[in-house]
Amino acid sequence: MQNLSRRLVGAAVVLSTAALGACTAGSSSGEASGGRTDVVVGLTGEPTNLDFTTTSGSAIPQLLMNNVYEGLVTIDQEGEVQPQLAESWEINGDRTVYTFTLHDGVTFSDGSPFTADDVVASIGRVQDDWTLSLKSKMDVVESAEAVSDTEVAVTLAHPSNGWLFDMGTSVGAMFPDDLSADLATEAVGTGPYTVEEVATGEHVTLAARDDYWGEAPAIPDVTVRYFADANAQANAVRAGDVDMAYNMQAPDLISGLEQDEDLQVVDGTSTGEVLLSLNNARPPFDDLNVRRAVMYAIDRQAVLDTAWAGHGQLIGSMVPPTDPYYQDLTSAYPYDPDRARELLAEAGAEDLSITFDVPTRPYAEAVAQVVVSQLKDVGIDARIVPAEFPAVWLDKVFTEHDYEMSVILHTEARDMLTIFGDPDYYVGYDNPRLAQVAEQADEGSPDQYVAGMQEVARMIVDDAASDPLFLFPNTVVADAVLAGIAANATTESMDLTGLRWSDS
Amino acid sequence: MARHLASHAAQLVVTLLVATAAIFVLLRVLPGDPAVVALGIEASPEALAAWRAEHGTDGPLVVQYLQWVGGLLTGDLGTSYVTSQDLTPLVADRVQVTGILVLLGMLIALVVAVPVGTLAAVWHRNAGGVTLSAVSQVGVAVPNFLVGVLLVSVFAVRLSWLPSGGWTAPADGFGEFWRHVLLPAVALGSVQAAIITRYVRSAVLEIMREDFLRTARAKGLTFTGALVRHGLRNAGVPIVTVVGVQIASMLIGAVVIERVFAVPGLGSLLLDSVGNRDLLAVQSIVAVLVVLVVLLNFLVDLAYTLLDPRLRRAA
Repeated sequence: MQNLSRRLVGAAVVLSTAALGACTAGSSSGEASGGRTDVVVGLTGEPTNLDFTTTSGSAIPQLLMNNVYEGLVTIDQEGEVQPQLAESWEINGDRTVYTFTLHDGVTFSDGSPFTADDVVASIGRVQDDWTLSLKSKMDVVESAEAVSDTEVAVTLAHPSNGWLFDMGTSVGAMFPDDLSADLATEAVGTGPYTVEEVATGEHVTLAARDDYWGEAPAIPDVTVRYFADANAQANAVRAGDVDMAYNMQAPDLISGLEQDEDLQVVDGTSTGEVLLSLNNARPPFDDLNVRRAVMYAIDRQAVLDTAWAGHGQLIGSMVPPTDPYYQDLTSAYPYDPDRARELLAEAGAEDLSITFDVPTRPYAEAVAQVVVSQLKDVGIDARIVPAEFPAVWLDKVFTEHDYEMSVILHTEARDMLTIFGDPDYYVGYDNPRLAQVAEQADEGSPDQYVAGMQEVARMIVDDAASDPLFLFPNTVVADAVLAGIAANATTESMDLTGLRWSDS
Repeated sequence: MARHLASHAAQLVVTLLVATAAIFVLLRVLPGDPAVVALGIEASPEALAAWRAEHGTDGPLVVQYLQWVGGLLTGDLGTSYVTSQDLTPLVADRVQVTGILVLLGMLIALVVAVPVGTLAAVWHRNAGGVTLSAVSQVGVAVPNFLVGVLLVSVFAVRLSWLPSGGWTAPADGFGEFWRHVLLPAVALGSVQAAIITRYVRSAVLEIMREDFLRTARAKGLTFTGALVRHGLRNAGVPIVTVVGVQIASMLIGAVVIERVFAVPGLGSLLLDSVGNRDLLAVQSIVAVLVVLVVLLNFLVDLAYTLLDPRLRRAA
């Protein structure tokens, strides 16, 4: 027995030494942040490479726009167009020629100077080399010419109110004209940071440039860590392993995080609408009354409260409040189950049975449960069919249009026309007048633009083309002393350039 | 022994052929076009067609299968559909991470299970033994991820002793490596400790009834001495079997644990690749796992023959 117990004690000693060693090594993480020159940002949704000209999805521009790449203009936290690489610009009388004056002394991270030629080449490259349908945002450009080294004239085929805004998103990113780098692995921009290291499945590190043309960021070393799981992201910020968890996807944990004195919780806005998509091209939702019945049947505030812990905002249309043509349409379809039942009766669609394709995403699964119970209350029996996201959902719902009802987060900025302006899009909403109004709005004066786009939004709501449940919040949980957080996601970009430690 | 090895090699080849073919076919039956997933909803039809042509996913299945298996044989796992990364070094890196996690988890499990299981057997008639048995019974029922989540909330979130996740390779700093590996390894090992404890207990109980133990004591050894000198070695055969089987099952457990702790291992890569319909990556990871499991079985077999001379003669 002695022999055995000696072995046991030995094992215990080894284990506890290892544990103690681990503890002492770990105690440093609780130290104050004073004088820190680094920050660790936690995100879900890892970019698969660094090239957003051929790879779609928001993960790449989220990481790179404003931080590594810059445009002539940028979109600020209020959704307004602001100068970036262009110092200023002039628009001619018929609003088809934009003359940009560029900042002098700007260089790319490969050392080459940024000139008017790079602007011309970058615009041309969107039209020629980009493989994403996003490139259509540059279709309106007829020509771009270098007037001098620091002046560029861009001529549009017709006036456009949307174009300059788009130049502040990833299609407006500026690249060197003699681009030889493989963009998938190397990012060459004019921004304050360069990509230093990419560790797939783990993190990307950014380092501040010494030769940045503008004001240097306060924090030179940025590590962006990627988490596959929202709970792991939340745990990491609670444990102090990351300083800022951006775009948190675990709403149930937020109230707990709010009580932590060492943390701050900021609910920013986003451009992502959670849309209950109805297939307008197919029964039963090819019937206006049935679609309207769904609108009345759903208590959107209850959906938001239950599914996303009240974080987010009711919008009533596919327009977020940061867009110039936002109008409050939240009361267009008040929660009225009786009205819903009436409409279903008029349509002869009592005891309706439908399938509900729900992508495997936390928000979608949470929303689906509430929606199903509310629809059941008015006599619509929705059967949830889980659709693995992205693969199955993209294939079945998005490409094949083989669905009746689904729910998905449309993240892109100003995407109302993308979704409802094309009858071949998966929602199948076909309204020929819409394209006409939208075109006139884009070509008209800024006031006409706002009025026209508001009319478009109203048309879509009138037709109950689908149900925008709520605007997704961009919830940021960060160390309490971290300042300069750009919480409003007005474009895909996560702007890290303003971050600083307020106690240092 | 040589015949033994040859039969194992043949078994490996057959298993691999069946497994690779099955995986290949199953993945093609799954809905979801890898081109659409890779390029996303903003891709133009021309870009999709170009992608399919470049990656050969529009060609005949037999050709695709043969190309892939041919690559495997030369150690070339191919290029990821999604990240365009070379899969061979990527998978090798991930195997290392998961391997460390699993082996360390097993080590922790054995360090706990062998003494505890033995004690539970020796004390099987009194309260201590019953308690140890009951605790291990409960331990078996606790899922890995739950242990992981508990460890994170106690040691990372509440006490801030250890990081909540992430990974540092041993080569990049040994201290950091230990800080990162400890919680996931414990999470992975704790459930195994409970399982193996039960096997050790029953194996030792069995041995305690054997004649040779009585003989050893008759020759003057104490009970503990006899158990350690003669008993444990004999109990080793069933324990080695269960260790082999459990290591294979830990590879599966690691998939979950890697998720909880954001560890960049084979499991994380597999899950991401399935989600992205990165078919080539999925196929290759599964093939690597099959090889590992088959090799493991071989090692277990080898260990038997070393532990029990009677089996050596039979082989």
